[in-house]
Amino acid sequence: MTTARDAAATVVDPEIRVVTIDDLGILRSVEEDPGTGRVVVTITPTYTGCPAMDVIRADIRRAVVAAGHPDVEVRTVHSPAWSTDWITDAGRAKLAAAGIAPPAPVRRDGVVPLTLAVRCPRCGSPETEQLSRFGSTACKALWRCRACCEPFDHVKAL
Amino acid sequence: MNGPFAFTLGLGDDALIAAQRLAEWTTHAPEMEEDIALANIALDQLGAARLLLSYAAELEGAGRDEDALAYLRDDREFRNCLLVEQPNGDFAVTMAKLLVLSAYQLPLYTALAGCADERLAAIGAKTRKESAYHLDHAALWVRRLGDGTDEAHRRMQAGIDQVWPYAHELFAAQPGAPVDPATLRGDFDSTVAAVLAEATLTLPESGWVPAGGRDGVHTEHLSFLLAEMQVLHRAHPGARW
Repeated sequence: MTTARDAAATVVDPEIRVVTIDDLGILRSVEEDPGTGRVVVTITPTYTGCPAMDVIRADIRRAVVAAGHPDVEVRTVHSPAWSTDWITDAGRAKLAAAGIAPPAPVRRDGVVPLTLAVRCPRCGSPETEQLSRFGSTACKALWRCRACCEPFDHVKAL
Repeated sequence: MNGPFAFTLGLGDDALIAAQRLAEWTTHAPEMEEDIALANIALDQLGAARLLLSYAAELEGAGRDEDALAYLRDDREFRNCLLVEQPNGDFAVTMAKLLVLSAYQLPLYTALAGCADERLAAIGAKTRKESAYHLDHAALWVRRLGDGTDEAHRRMQAGIDQVWPYAHELFAAQPGAPVDPATLRGDFDSTVAAVLAEATLTLPESGWVPAGGRDGVHTEHLSFLLAEMQVLHRAHPGARW
């Protein structure tokens, strides 16, 4: 039988379908009560207003139930606050492969540094520029590569 | 109303009404990128509003939830500051409002992150990151317009002049609140002064100091905003889709 954790970890982000909620650090913990079999999945939103959260909760429930754990509760926590530093190396590689530039590391005091070296996920050039500080989802900004001229999404360091 | 409930409700209402106003720009912003930016900031404000109003409802303990607070109260029951209910005006007025709001919310949420109330601390730690980005965005536009063409400068100064009287209400002392807003004024003043100096704009003389939002005494603009925001929920109570 698939463990509840493995099942929950397969849920993909509904807005960036190349990565899972585990890759993004949205999945915080999965605990199964050995006596009752009750599963408690804890998640945290990337942004407070992220509209994907309801779909993510439903997808987790469906995946965990399908893996043979019918009693599932999904809890949402806000502390500690999500950081792009929680995106795993595998997640970063998947984002880059899908043409989305992964975020730079965040300074420990929580201040997001101005990063001048966002590399183009298509050609790898550091000659890139920001087109818009906000992008197709709350967690991304829109950039453009000056070398290959392709526009691309960039996950904002948070 | 008890202290923590009134305080949390006020902050939730600030975020909710700011979200509704900012969302009015959707499909009307001067350029596509700005349309997306304002919608994104509105979404962040709505996210903060949901967390704050949900917690306020728990503090009240009267069986209401975030939806009941957002959709089933009349204007006199709202505790938002007058700043956020003011009409958007032109783009410069909107940026002046966003500068004042985010220069207030950033130190407020930062202070909340360190307060004794665990729930408010978690909300503050989360929302301050988003506020920092809003402040960056507003400051960028205020500098760009203020230090821009004569017409841009004139309109940005007019925007600041129009919005400034509403800034003072934000820092009215609230003794007993988890964070007394009066303690945030110094941080706010230095942030705004630095942006305006770079933007070649001047801080208006303080004179008229409108207030009353925290007591439920609002400008007429709030009623119209609420009518639009609440009509669907009130016409179809309990509707789901």
